[in-house]
Amino acid sequence: MLSVSNLHAAVEDKEILKGLSLEVPAGEVHAIMGPNGAGKSTLSYVLTGRSGYEVTAGKVTLEGEDLLALEPNERAAKGVFLSFQYPLEIPGVPALTFIRTALNAQRKARGEPEVTAPEFLKLARAKAAELKIDFDMLKRALNVGFSGGEKKRMEIFQMAMLSPRFLILDETDSGLDIDALRIVADGVNALRSPDRAMLVITHYQRLLDYIKPDKVHVLAGGRIVATGGPDLALELEREGYDKYARAA
Amino acid sequence: MSVVSAIRTRDAAELPGKRDEAWRWTDLRGLIRQVPAPSDELDVSALHAGPFDALADEVLVVANGRGAAHIGVEPGESKVVALRIVSRGDGAHAARISVDVEVAGRLTILESYEGDAGGYLSQTGLMLSLGKDAAVERIVLASDGAEGVTVSQAEVDLAPGARFAQSVLTSGARRQRLETVVRHPGGHADLRLDGVYLLADKRHADLTTAVTHQAVDGTTQQLTKGVVRDQARAVFQGKIVVAEGADRTDARMGHHALILSDRAEVDAKPELEIYADDVSCAHGNTVGALDDDALFYARQRGIPEDEARALLTEAFIGEVVDRIGHEAAREIARAWIGERLRG
Ligand SMILES: Nc1ncnc2c1ncn2[C@@H]1O[C@H](COP(=O)(O)OP(=O)(O)OP(=O)(O)O)[C@@H](O)[C@H]1O
Ligand SMILES: [Mg+2]
Repeated sequence: MLSVSNLHAAVEDKEILKGLSLEVPAGEVHAIMGPNGAGKSTLSYVLTGRSGYEVTAGKVTLEGEDLLALEPNERAAKGVFLSFQYPLEIPGVPALTFIRTALNAQRKARGEPEVTAPEFLKLARAKAAELKIDFDMLKRALNVGFSGGEKKRMEIFQMAMLSPRFLILDETDSGLDIDALRIVADGVNALRSPDRAMLVITHYQRLLDYIKPDKVHVLAGGRIVATGGPDLALELEREGYDKYARAA
Repeated sequence: MSVVSAIRTRDAAELPGKRDEAWRWTDLRGLIRQVPAPSDELDVSALHAGPFDALADEVLVVANGRGAAHIGVEPGESKVVALRIVSRGDGAHAARISVDVEVAGRLTILESYEGDAGGYLSQTGLMLSLGKDAAVERIVLASDGAEGVTVSQAEVDLAPGARFAQSVLTSGARRQRLETVVRHPGGHADLRLDGVYLLADKRHADLTTAVTHQAVDGTTQQLTKGVVRDQARAVFQGKIVVAEGADRTDARMGHHALILSDRAEVDAKPELEIYADDVSCAHGNTVGALDDDALFYARQRGIPEDEARALLTEAFIGEVVDRIGHEAAREIARAWIGERLRG
């Protein structure tokens, strides 16, 4: 599904990703762990096309299609969704308005009919209930004044509404209380399917108890330096990144 | 020296220009070499409907300077009047309209400036007088043509206890000045003066207000927000004077602009002059760009760049639109903005 090969990327002329390669087949969940500053968020921004992140070499394809040639919104319409490590505030735009605009823009780009207002509201009520989000919160300006945990939950709500095919979760667990973590994990697991794939960036083994990964990668020094099964996360939790940081 | 006398005498030297302090950013003298000939009379019956016709009890039309001259509201009476200021062609014209709202009368003025592609020079003078406890909401939608020059000058006289609320929305013109001067008597009279400008291409709009608090216990609230792109230029001049003895005045003024291109310009001059004691006055003025991070966030969710810009801009402006009291007019204003941001 997602294929990254020899990816080099720079921010402000500083090379952050230095030959990163990664394959995430459809149906799988891969976790990425790694020390602070390793380039995990940088990878998520390069995959989603944020300006200021310059790809200097390498290739990224989604189902064989060159992802790097597409605009951020075109990538979204192809099904790429990023749950931001630090979700942005959108003053003056109610969450529901924002999400409906996004959903219909994606559908339009894919040549699908727009959802009507009643259909949209019905879907939003159902998803909000599943994620235990107070419906009134969806009428407020998106993320403005929301707590850290509420913002993360709102990311997952958007994900549930947009039902993307390739999901990137950048530290979605950080800031969540124990109950919220379980709710969010249930929301993510609900999207697991043979035609979807996920990249879960996290620092903590705990999330991976709920969202069981098929593979765990260690990202250090701008490259994937080790890949293993779920046990690798346990090992990292015990021993830290020392030996990988040195290898990088 | 004034725009009216320049039109009457056809003497361009009478036009205000950049040497006049109050007009230094809206130079008419330098722009207009020769005052155009008087505008032709228009066949009013041939005009399309105005933007507010459906909401009004009465529709008054001033076409190329001719037509309605007076709006009156009896004591305790309440009505909604659409006032259409229509300019067509390349001529010059001026009109004067007086509005008298007597004790406890209520009036909603839904005013529209409607221009065509001509190079007209249009001046409109409005004299508004509000009796004790009268309430007026004035909503102005200025849709001038790109070649037109428009000057609108409103003078508002409030009695104690009166309420005057105004929202001026404009897309500018070749050069345009929308001016409001208010004599505020205090005495629990309440004033709101809001503005919105959305300027593209080479358009210019100047929102100038001057409020003088003359006695104790008056309130004024002002919020103007605008967006300029391409080579457009916006001018905001907001002056609040709190005269000696106008104690316990409460006045706030905000002006916030988004500049969406390097060649667009915003000139702002907020002024508070306070000669009284125990007043609460504040002003804020900011000029910025759209938040790139928020734009990326919206695009990551699938919203194309233009739509993302329009959405964020609309939200920025929305704060002013939300303050419009007349509900149906508020929705017309919202739609008018949406059209301009997406057009
Ligand atoms: N805009 C920027 N300007 C300069 N340096 C940047 C910028 N963005 C990221 N970097 C640098 O790139 C490196 C990788 O940052 P990134 O955010 O990708 O790390 P991360 O692996 O996500 O870390 P964390 O675990 O703390 O979230 C860091 O050294 C960071 O300082
Ligand atoms: Mg990060």
